[in-house]
Amino acid sequence: MITADHLTKRYGPHAAVDDVSFRCEPGTVTGFLGPNGAGKSTTMRMLCGLTRPTSGAAAVAGRPYRELPNPGREVGVLLDASAQHVGRSGRETLTLAARTMGVDAGRVAAVLDRVGLNPVAAKRRVGAYSLGMRQRLGLALALLGEPRVLVLDEPANGLDPEGIFWMRGLLRDFADRGGTVLLSSHLLREVEAVADRLVVIGGGRVVAQGGKDELLAGAGTLVRARDPHALRLTLDRAGLDATGSADGGCVVRAEPDAVGQAAADAGLVLTELRPAGGGGLEQLFLTLTAGASTKEAVK
Amino acid sequence: MTTVTTTPPVPVREAVPGPSLARLIGVELRKLGDTRAGRWLLASIGLIAAAIVALQLRFVDDAAQTFTNFFTASLAPVALLLPVLGILSITAEWSQRTALTTFALVPRRERVVVAKLAAVLLAALASVLVSLTVAAAGTLLAGVTGGAGSWDFDWTVAGHAAVFQAINVLIGAGFGLLLLNTPLAIVTSLLLPTVWGILSAMISALHDPARWLDTSITMEPLLGPDVTAGQWGRLGVSLLVWVAAPLAAGLVRTMRREVH
Repeated sequence: MITADHLTKRYGPHAAVDDVSFRCEPGTVTGFLGPNGAGKSTTMRMLCGLTRPTSGAAAVAGRPYRELPNPGREVGVLLDASAQHVGRSGRETLTLAARTMGVDAGRVAAVLDRVGLNPVAAKRRVGAYSLGMRQRLGLALALLGEPRVLVLDEPANGLDPEGIFWMRGLLRDFADRGGTVLLSSHLLREVEAVADRLVVIGGGRVVAQGGKDELLAGAGTLVRARDPHALRLTLDRAGLDATGSADGGCVVRAEPDAVGQAAADAGLVLTELRPAGGGGLEQLFLTLTAGASTKEAVK
Repeated sequence: MTTVTTTPPVPVREAVPGPSLARLIGVELRKLGDTRAGRWLLASIGLIAAAIVALQLRFVDDAAQTFTNFFTASLAPVALLLPVLGILSITAEWSQRTALTTFALVPRRERVVVAKLAAVLLAALASVLVSLTVAAAGTLLAGVTGGAGSWDFDWTVAGHAAVFQAINVLIGAGFGLLLLNTPLAIVTSLLLPTVWGILSAMISALHDPARWLDTSITMEPLLGPDVTAGQWGRLGVSLLVWVAAPLAAGLVRTMRREVH
């Protein structure tokens, strides 16, 4: 169980994270989505007690992270796979953590095996690891203390397609056994396949959250008319929330039935009318975060 | 990769107690020697102590080839490396970004800092044992090669040496903790005392304060068997400035710092 309660982090006047609240329940995988710079990593660092929130609070397994007596046994954390001493071997990196947590030394070999790092790789210095191997090592580190909660920041970065597939299976299995997973990504495809719930963040704010299916269903209707301008006016007049897409169509947050009725009432000629689900989450993601990422690029 | 294995459910258990300080000290001691750089630093402490003894055997008058002389001569070069050990033990967490893992596993950061200080103190004490060992080896060899080979030794010298090396490693740790940056801390810890020494030698108004604040002056008596109460007092004052203040400020900084 993870709870973020009105988390806010300001750097000077700039709010990197602005009033973010969500919950991750046991038995679920929550995808934490947003473009780069949206505040995902800062939020995750606040969850893990590494960054002090300006206001708001977070709890993992029912307590603020810093009050967990032995956090590694409750929460597996992977925030940055590159943040390991390059001069240490993979096995030694895990051994240090195992000793800190008081985990049996045998677990080291077990998690190395679980993440697919063979004994030869485990003996090599982390400096010689590819990014994919570092991600696997990071995941091994997160799983080492047999935690009930996983907090993973962009764990699929640097993994090959087979590795991504393998990781999905691992996370799904973890959640199906009652674990709680929070997993961030700026790539929708990575998360769409494994997440039950989604929290979408843009410009430091939560722009959408809920069950994946519910959010997908809410992705709305794609509509195109011979006269796009008249269509916009009609939709506005009907009180339907519409967002223009680049190719002249509109994504409307409503059922096709309601959109078609409004167009018919106005006597408009439609050239396309269908659920926007074809693009799935991607459409939703782009619509929701377009403004935020543009702002980010300008800053 | 394609087989689905049945795994036991995620165990539900009572809160697991956190690591004891002894356990954390053990981990920090291990970190001192589990990288190539760390091993070289530790090895060079031993090698330098041995080299000094070898040089004495070759170049120093036979009569001066005693256990006491071998021992005290090996202290100063080791004392140059111990601050580096103190600095690296702290700053490597930030330069290698392992602080992310360390503080995720032990969110009470002050416990990690205390464990690190204890670990480098133990390393400093171990370095005195190394000095004693190479001095003993030197004395044996001197006896064979015609040197004095005298074993006369006032054990308070060893005690003072332990304090001397402990201070050296803590000065490094203090700078490391305050600056949290390896090159900056090493350069500062080498440069600042030297600059202070030059200034106090040049400017007569600084002569008196230097007797209380220049560690190269206040620590000098620790290389011999006799330290007066006044000398202990002046040493204490200089340590307030060069050890206690950086450690305190550095601890506050480490507690507050955001870990990326």
